[in-house]
Amino acid sequence: MADFSIRDLEYWNERIEKLAKDYGLNYYNQEFEIVNYEDMIGYESYIGMPSHYPHWSYGKSYERIKTLHKYNLTGLPYEMVINSNPCIAYLMKDNSLLVQVLTIAHVYAHNDFFKNNRLFKLGTKAEYAIEMFKNHADRIREYISDPSIGYVRVEKILNSAHAIKFQTERVVEFQNRREEKEEPKFAVTENKKEFPNLERYSNNKSEEEVKEVQQDNRFFAKQEEDLLKFIIENGRLQDWEKDILSIVREEAQYFIPQIETKIMNEGWASFWHYNILNNLELPQNMHFEFLRKHNEVIRPLKSSINPYYIGFKIFENLKNKFGFEKIFEVRQTERDQSFIRRYLTQELCCEMNLFEYVTTGNDYMISEVSDDEGWKKIRETLCNTVGIGSIPIILVNDWNKNDNTLELKHEFDGRELELGYAYETLKHIVDLWNGKVSLSTQLEGKKKTINCDEAKRISLYG
Amino acid sequence: MTIFRDCNNGGRDRSAEDRRRHRELIEESIKKNLGNIIAEESIIGKSKDKKIKIPIRGIKEYQFIYGKNKPGIGVGEGDEKRGDKFPGEASNNSGKGKAGNQEGEEIYETEITIEEVVKYLFDDLNLPDIDKKQLSQLEEKSYRKLGYQNKGIPPKLAKKRSVVEKIKRRQSYKRALEEQNQEKLTSSQAIFESNNADIDSNEDELNSKPISSVTTRRERFPFIEEDLRYYRIKEENKRDYNAVVLCIMDVSGSMDQTKKYLARSFYFLLYQFLQLKYANVDVVFIAHTTVAKEVNEKEFFHRGESGGTYISSGYEKALEIISERYSPSNWNVYAFHCSDGDNWSEDNNKAIESAKKLCEVCNLFGYGEIVPGYYSIGSTIKTELLNKIESKNFAAININKKEDVLPALKKLLEKVSDKDVEQEG
Repeated sequence: MADFSIRDLEYWNERIEKLAKDYGLNYYNQEFEIVNYEDMIGYESYIGMPSHYPHWSYGKSYERIKTLHKYNLTGLPYEMVINSNPCIAYLMKDNSLLVQVLTIAHVYAHNDFFKNNRLFKLGTKAEYAIEMFKNHADRIREYISDPSIGYVRVEKILNSAHAIKFQTERVVEFQNRREEKEEPKFAVTENKKEFPNLERYSNNKSEEEVKEVQQDNRFFAKQEEDLLKFIIENGRLQDWEKDILSIVREEAQYFIPQIETKIMNEGWASFWHYNILNNLELPQNMHFEFLRKHNEVIRPLKSSINPYYIGFKIFENLKNKFGFEKIFEVRQTERDQSFIRRYLTQELCCEMNLFEYVTTGNDYMISEVSDDEGWKKIRETLCNTVGIGSIPIILVNDWNKNDNTLELKHEFDGRELELGYAYETLKHIVDLWNGKVSLSTQLEGKKKTINCDEAKRISLYG
Repeated sequence: MTIFRDCNNGGRDRSAEDRRRHRELIEESIKKNLGNIIAEESIIGKSKDKKIKIPIRGIKEYQFIYGKNKPGIGVGEGDEKRGDKFPGEASNNSGKGKAGNQEGEEIYETEITIEEVVKYLFDDLNLPDIDKKQLSQLEEKSYRKLGYQNKGIPPKLAKKRSVVEKIKRRQSYKRALEEQNQEKLTSSQAIFESNNADIDSNEDELNSKPISSVTTRRERFPFIEEDLRYYRIKEENKRDYNAVVLCIMDVSGSMDQTKKYLARSFYFLLYQFLQLKYANVDVVFIAHTTVAKEVNEKEFFHRGESGGTYISSGYEKALEIISERYSPSNWNVYAFHCSDGDNWSEDNNKAIESAKKLCEVCNLFGYGEIVPGYYSIGSTIKTELLNKIESKNFAAININKKEDVLPALKKLLEKVSDKDVEQEG
């Protein structure tokens, strides 16, 4: 049973808000819903959206989260926050008063981040978030209950659409201009022009490789990274199918800013709950619990990255060196990749004992450690694997109208595709495209092409 | 203005439908994997409720993801050196690693009873009501009442006895109350303590009730679950409800592990199926090369011999065992022979003759030719069997790969229900 009442929460909330405002956090109106354990898992599996459209993958997610909790493989979430205005957060009833207090402080920082970070401002409309998800759910349900369409067909399209949901426009800045008819995009050049600091595509690449990319652009002027949009516009799909694809695409784009700022966002929230609670004059027993919980949240995980930890460390370091003003500026303008590239110092790498590893058979081998030579490599690797960098870039290279083959190209950056997954994903694309699909990539240093024909037969050439 | 809301969903479960659908997909996935499971299981000696663990491929959500060759960043203790190794995902089954968007190989392990496996299998087969025809006489069973038990199904409810139990409970309840009241009069001490001390431990429901409520009004004294008694019933089967499966297999050098594995899957299914239909199923294993002998299950599947093949030897051994131990007047006999068809030709005629005799004493005699590979034409022995045996309870089938096992069984079982002989090409 809860060891607190709503009145307790209101009491602490008032004091937290006072501190948050004094520090300069600037957030949307906040609403907290106190929910039980089961509902929390429910919200978690529906990515916070109780009105989300139905699909079995959310049922899977529910079972998975529940199982993980059951076997204690992952801690229960303290909170779930939605990027909406007013900002909605769920607090779990079973947590102690101190955890609620810590979470409330944590939530205000997330809320501030949503409201002020450049990617969220450009890429999402917090005012319409809830409405958007509800509207999407209504449309999907309508198709399901339409006797000429039905559950099975809707599910099939959703399965395929989910397979390529992140193969959409990745650069948040462009998303709001998608209504305008534009010249074909050249991601590299346009990117550099407008945001000289964003070094997408050219990270970690030799000059030669960069040149190669630019040359490719010259030859295939149609290269398009928004595969979903390309299929919606050019595929032989019925209207309802197109609509489902656009629903999936819109939701993916809503989540891209969150994917791109995971480390910053969690680091920011952890930094603030820590500072606020330290100044909250908690009774001694609560203060001890706070320190313990805080350490649990930001504890380093063995051989994987805890975004709370890295983000917290960097913000703390920046504040100590340059003051509060600096961190507010950073939370506004950066995303994980640029945040790490600019502000992860050698000193921090060493302090956190970061290392780089590679796979050897079933084991991992440490390839770099945070010494004078190693730390830069570690920083680069981290930069390239955070956020949307963890998802392979697949471009629409060409469309052979003679036999309706869709030619895709994996933008190879040294990381190979997982073949089994690539095959199955191609089959989904064939379903959506209603024609042959080919994908060029690299494996073990050689150029390869994977073909998938209409009968879903896979062949690998090269 | 910040708002706090205490949310009670009132038990509404948003995810119920999506979870149901997910489970349905998992079940389909189990069905697809059953072939692998049954081939690993021992045929006999397992109770129906024995649980086996089966790995199920999680329903994967495919996307483009990076393979294993990508570098990653970890957090260490500070004493790491270049070249140090640590165990990867594959050797670390705690499954604790969180790998961003990558799901990796997701394997659920589910426990399932053999009975459930069999249910899935035969559900999928859509078998006609085999037992209604030939096996219908076996449906009758005699029951004998053997006292009472606390759990049971409604048709077996022992009404009179249940009423007696209720009256007994009521009496002791009353008595307990009286004692209680007396205590109350004599002592003003804590009621609950005396209550706990005095009342018999089998009167649990009293302990949990506050005294005030029991003393005031109790016009009704309803049945509770503990009052109910059910008849304990013993099913009695006559001997002719029993069946025997004679598993005859060619174990000569050409029958390699793959072939035996296919044969085992087949025998396993046949056995499981017959278990559904008969109270008791015996299994006899006969291994043959040029000579036949009765062996145990382990030897049957694991011992390989070299040399030639006389199929007739296996059939004759079967006939011998039937006449000695499994008289067809008392037993339902099922014989099944697995071979790669590589018989020595001088034995063919003799084999056909024995096969004919087998058909006379068996409910069903089947021949399964196991030739892995997609394109196989039937062997001489198979052609001969098909041409020369006219008995309606004979069937010959091909098993070339795992996926053939179920359809083969189905085809065989159709023989039992449907007397039309289907010629196989």
